[in-house]
Amino acid sequence: MVKLQSRIPEGPLAEKWSNYKSNQNLVNPANKRKLDVIVIGTGLAGAGAAASMAEMGFKVKSFCYQDSSRRAHSIAAQGGINAAKNYQNDGDSIYRLFFDTIKGGDYRSREANVYRLAEVSNNIIDQCVAQGVPFAREYGGTLDNRSFGGALVSRTFYARGQTGQQLLLGAYQALSRQVKKGNVEMYPRMEMFNLVIVDGKARGIIARDVITGKLERFSAHAVVLASGGYGNVYFLSTMAMGANVTAAWQCYKKGAFFGNPSFVQIHPTCIPVHGEYQSKLTLMSESLRNDGRIWVPKKLEDAKRLQNGEIGGVDIPEEDRDYYLERRYPAFGNLVPRDVASRAAKERCDAGFGVNETGLAVFLDFRDAIQRLGKDVIEAKYGNLFQMYEKITDHNPYEVPMMIYPAIHYSMGGIWVDYELHTTIPGLFATGESNFSDHGANRLGASALMQGLADGYFVLPYTIQNYLAHEINIPRFKTDLPEFDQAEKEVQEQLEKLMAVKGTMSVDTLHKKLGHIMWEYVGMARNKEGLNKAIKEIADLKEEFWNNVNIPGELNDLNVELQKASRLADFIELGALMARDALHREESCGGHFREEFQTGEGEALRNDKDFTYVAAWEYKGDDSEPKLHKEDLNFEYIEVKQRNYK
Amino acid sequence: MNLKLKIWRQKDPKTRGKFVNYQINNISSDSSFLEMLDVLNEELISKGEEPVIYDHDCREGICGACGLYINGRPHGPDSLITVCQLHMRKFKDGDTIVIEPWRARAFPVIRDLMVDRGAFDTLIQEGGYVSVNTGSAPDANSIPVKKEYADLSMDAAACIGCGACVAACKNASAMLFVGAKVSHLALLPQGKIEARDRVRHMVAKMDELGFGNCTNTGACEAECPKGIKLTNIARLNREYYKAAF
Repeated sequence: MVKLQSRIPEGPLAEKWSNYKSNQNLVNPANKRKLDVIVIGTGLAGAGAAASMAEMGFKVKSFCYQDSSRRAHSIAAQGGINAAKNYQNDGDSIYRLFFDTIKGGDYRSREANVYRLAEVSNNIIDQCVAQGVPFAREYGGTLDNRSFGGALVSRTFYARGQTGQQLLLGAYQALSRQVKKGNVEMYPRMEMFNLVIVDGKARGIIARDVITGKLERFSAHAVVLASGGYGNVYFLSTMAMGANVTAAWQCYKKGAFFGNPSFVQIHPTCIPVHGEYQSKLTLMSESLRNDGRIWVPKKLEDAKRLQNGEIGGVDIPEEDRDYYLERRYPAFGNLVPRDVASRAAKERCDAGFGVNETGLAVFLDFRDAIQRLGKDVIEAKYGNLFQMYEKITDHNPYEVPMMIYPAIHYSMGGIWVDYELHTTIPGLFATGESNFSDHGANRLGASALMQGLADGYFVLPYTIQNYLAHEINIPRFKTDLPEFDQAEKEVQEQLEKLMAVKGTMSVDTLHKKLGHIMWEYVGMARNKEGLNKAIKEIADLKEEFWNNVNIPGELNDLNVELQKASRLADFIELGALMARDALHREESCGGHFREEFQTGEGEALRNDKDFTYVAAWEYKGDDSEPKLHKEDLNFEYIEVKQRNYK
Repeated sequence: MNLKLKIWRQKDPKTRGKFVNYQINNISSDSSFLEMLDVLNEELISKGEEPVIYDHDCREGICGACGLYINGRPHGPDSLITVCQLHMRKFKDGDTIVIEPWRARAFPVIRDLMVDRGAFDTLIQEGGYVSVNTGSAPDANSIPVKKEYADLSMDAAACIGCGACVAACKNASAMLFVGAKVSHLALLPQGKIEARDRVRHMVAKMDELGFGNCTNTGACEAECPKGIKLTNIARLNREYYKAAF
């Protein structure tokens, strides 16, 4: 059996990363020029890594499916980015950020990785400011902070409600500078479809040109995945429409293990679903929970009248409102972590207290904050979010409470990596949301931007050298090797097979079916019976897909439906793995809530004795069950406890 | 709602395009404009026809991928939003809606409503950045920035690169786009060091790429989904004069 090697460096926790950097192999400048690296994706992790490696002197090939690298979905992150700067003098420290992240992740992440993340968080803020990211400032010219869920300190840096955009533009601009210098070759509208392995090492990719439909080959000394998360397996999510798992999934099928696939985050504050034709869900930043209070009516008859549209939230008097988060969690109140807030909303709505026509919504109310601070202050803080809400729902949140409901938002699971972000395939690395590494079973708000940039700017450009130092004698090579022929043939056959189905169902119809199965059985609350049902229904759906999908147009042409169909083929397989992973983990932790395993008060009940490990799944062929490998998690510096936000 | 759509269909950059009429029925006024196009495409696919091609991705108004003329206006009849945030309640039952791609020499049509905006990336590559390598930054609070300038800089940096400014301009000028980037960086101490080279190079490249001149009409500001102000063009001009002498 393959033993998973996490390769955590020796030494005390706080010294591991500096010890690693002091002792790792480096590549000298003359050799860097001779080494090529492929980076898939141009979000914070991908653009950050591509720019940083190019600055160091490596030759980088950067790929994205969008028309421009500036459009990667990191751009949609609203609220902010965490760092342990302690600029607010409120007692923050690297250890505290580390502790909060491990605890927030419900003790299912690797101590050494998370400590490193907290450690480099401060460098990220420095780097972004130097790039000209216009973070919010105090009147004295210093940086401002706000609070996010799961923390008792204000450590979140922000640029209005567009922090992800500003950080991404910083990385995009750094990348643009390297494109101009000739150190990065950009390949927009180019999707990775296969990984090429030569002599056991990742040596290139097969990509499809979105415009011409042509398959192309690219070679390199290493391949870095920065291809984002897989929330679109649920069809409705806060992900961009094009976000997909294909690059990661093809690597999984080539031997990269997939870590904790069932760990997905359901974000508590999204605009509720409004109809069957809906294409995606819109997030309202967690930062709103700083000033907004979440409630539902105390009385069922009030809820009924809200659901029938007879009254609005403003008609319900103060004494009849149930601020259930403040009631259940007095210490953290409305700022409990996302998984806790989402489940609490579901619990109230399942009990019949939902506040809109579907009964699947709760109020997020700014009345008190507007009275306390004034409308101007609230507008300055959240103006763009309020505007977005009004444009979508036609309700003015300055006057009536917002309605929100949880939605799929982020995947903590992903390709398994060791401390060096190296996958189980030599020469293949995974960064940002595409790897499983730092958030355990639940990610804290404002930590995705932190992890993306930590991996991209400060971790991968170092750790990849420990691998590339052994590759300096490999000259640049052509793409006419038989391994490239074979990899291209596999893609060609798969696409031809899709085009040949000529069925009657559109890709979106089938994708919605998958989404319903996933949300119903592999969503916010899971149980054994439902998960077994999901596995069966997904198998049936797979058959239906391959027998009945309808893809118009040509194979070798711009073909959006073909693009969507090939992504869906991979999502269907991923969905089955997620259900299987959720089924095997007989405990509740973070975003993974098994109804059979809860405390008397309805909180997640972990089983540390049997499940303090990362589940890393190995592909064994389409007709065989994947094999489970376990990486035990050892907590040396943190006492593992039941999470308590009361 | 029942609607009549006139949509620009064009096979590729070299083939002549034309308007094609479609009738679409039973659209909810709560659905978004792009969801309405999704419904149309589902119908086309079920009839074995090719769906209408258009760029879109985040569907929350921030990635800048979507961009269409709707009844002659970039991003349609509502203000301060992108097409993906536009909702059908802004239209009336029985309306005829005309949908076209961006029209500008620097943004050639790829197919139907999809255009190539690579010229914007080329412009940023000409100096729309601060030349700082990863790892060489001083402590963040050692570079204080006056709040007023930080806010103005953020106003300019909010640009999403959608191209509506170019599409709205009768000369297809990119002055608002370039002005926004020049302003974002020129207002910050970090960006001041390279301000002269940046503005010279970006303006020269803008001319080279086939964008037109600015005549201060203000159509760009009126149609910008992020409310980028014309003052950024004024600042671009000031920065350009400063750099020239």
